[in-house]
Amino acid sequence: MGHSPLVVRDLSVAYQKKPVLFDVSFEVPEGKLIGIIGPNGAGKSTLIKAVLGLIPKLRGEVLVYGKPYKQQLLKVGYVPQRESVDWDFPTNALDVVMMGRYGRLGWFKRPGAADRQAAMESLDKVGMSKFADRQISQLSGGQQQRVFLARALAQDAQLYFMDEPFVGVDAATEKAIISLLNDLKQQGKTVLVVHHDLSTVTDYFDQVMLLNGHLMAFGETADIFTEGNLQRTYGGRLSILKTGSESGTILGVR
Amino acid sequence: MTSLVALLTDPNMQWILLGCILLGLSSGVIGSFMYLRKQSLMGDALAHAALPGVCVAFMITGTKSMFGFMIGAAIAGIVATFAISALTRYSRIKSDSAIAAVLSVFFGFGIMLLTEIQHSGAGNQSGLDKFLFGQAAAMVLSDVYTMAVISVVLIGICILFFKEFKLLSFDPGFARGLGFPAGLLDKLLMLLIVIAVVAGIQAVGVIMMAALLITPAVSARYWTEKLGVMVCLSGLFGAIAGLGGTVISSLGQNLPTGPLCVLCATVVFGVSLIFAPQRGMISKAIVRLNARKSLEQGVGAQPREERAL
Repeated sequence: MGHSPLVVRDLSVAYQKKPVLFDVSFEVPEGKLIGIIGPNGAGKSTLIKAVLGLIPKLRGEVLVYGKPYKQQLLKVGYVPQRESVDWDFPTNALDVVMMGRYGRLGWFKRPGAADRQAAMESLDKVGMSKFADRQISQLSGGQQQRVFLARALAQDAQLYFMDEPFVGVDAATEKAIISLLNDLKQQGKTVLVVHHDLSTVTDYFDQVMLLNGHLMAFGETADIFTEGNLQRTYGGRLSILKTGSESGTILGVR
Repeated sequence: MTSLVALLTDPNMQWILLGCILLGLSSGVIGSFMYLRKQSLMGDALAHAALPGVCVAFMITGTKSMFGFMIGAAIAGIVATFAISALTRYSRIKSDSAIAAVLSVFFGFGIMLLTEIQHSGAGNQSGLDKFLFGQAAAMVLSDVYTMAVISVVLIGICILFFKEFKLLSFDPGFARGLGFPAGLLDKLLMLLIVIAVVAGIQAVGVIMMAALLITPAVSARYWTEKLGVMVCLSGLFGAIAGLGGTVISSLGQNLPTGPLCVLCATVVFGVSLIFAPQRGMISKAIVRLNARKSLEQGVGAQPREERAL
């Protein structure tokens, strides 16, 4: 073994003609919670999608535990943005979580009792087991987010990608996500999280990746999450951060 | 009543009936996935685009063979989908406008070819104008056999790929992340639609097929919150439309079967819209009324337990 969970080399991505990511290279250490931070349009989600092969790369290489992603599908779990799907779909929470098992099942095979069991356990881990039979459009935003997390847990992966899991969720869900992230870390799993809220970065993440088209900085949160680095990443937009008293204290803590 | 019994015991009629039921069944099943993927309009476009394909196939082969039509319609469908995605990608045109534009161009071209064929006087072109609205009465035993085979294939593929189609419909990004080839599955669904459209040419015609693909699915969505049930219901509603259209058409004064099938499907939709539990208009009105009542009694002020989370 000894392979890093994720190695990205010279990754460049463009949406049609407009380049979004330029020559991004990094190597992720095992068993860490990593926040991907950057302004809107910095390419945070694009980075995740390109790594997962959901959008084409202009060039670059992605290795998951030393091999191309296509050969390591079962080692990777993914939580897309909640708004990316229509929740008025005729299905219930348990069924959505069960979709996390589909990769293991492969073609044509239907989920069985063992998959149902795994899905129920995953729902339980996010505190949603009593909503298993609930139609998904009847769930609150936070509950929908937790269903998505449970689906990723049901994938039983080693390396997780989460696209803005904290956006638009209630306090209970935020707490549930945090304890879940720490559980995953305890199990030696690696999690990359696209994150927006600068004030919580130092509390949540071991490492931080600052992104704005280019990779601005990446490393231990204490070393990287500095005012100077944020200034470089956010450009003129950082003034918002400074005026916010809460963020100011957070920066001071460092 | 006696005429109905006589009708149903007439073997020729039985074949037509069976053909229309099978057609409604399979188009209802496939249409469900199209509807859930928000590609109802795409189904419409594919149905219209099939016309020039079928005409060209006839001009080349000179025969009315189902298989030739299918290839022609499939090629035309592929060209149409490419045209739609190219228009959306390389211009500022949004997909709904692109679909509308491509649909009308293909259909116009198809009508032109149809006129050309009819004026060519090849002799065996009679009945080709029925491609537009179909002519179920002209169905012969071999047509029914072909339709039976097509239905079995279409429904079989939907059963086989049920899990994959479900995932693709709900969350294509996640499907791709799991390693399922979302693009290929998408094309497979399109192909199934084209096959269903061609199968329906004889009975209801290309234009009416679009309605048979979508209306049963929309109706079925009203009755259930389970995908499996919805797909079955949609098939059932499609079959009812096929059955109803055929029976009414043979009872009445030579009314065309295809449009009657579509009207039957619309009646089913109307009933669903109004009477369906939970999603129907009556049930929604009752829920609103109860909510207002409980609010007046002060019960509504209590937040529901799950909302508090």
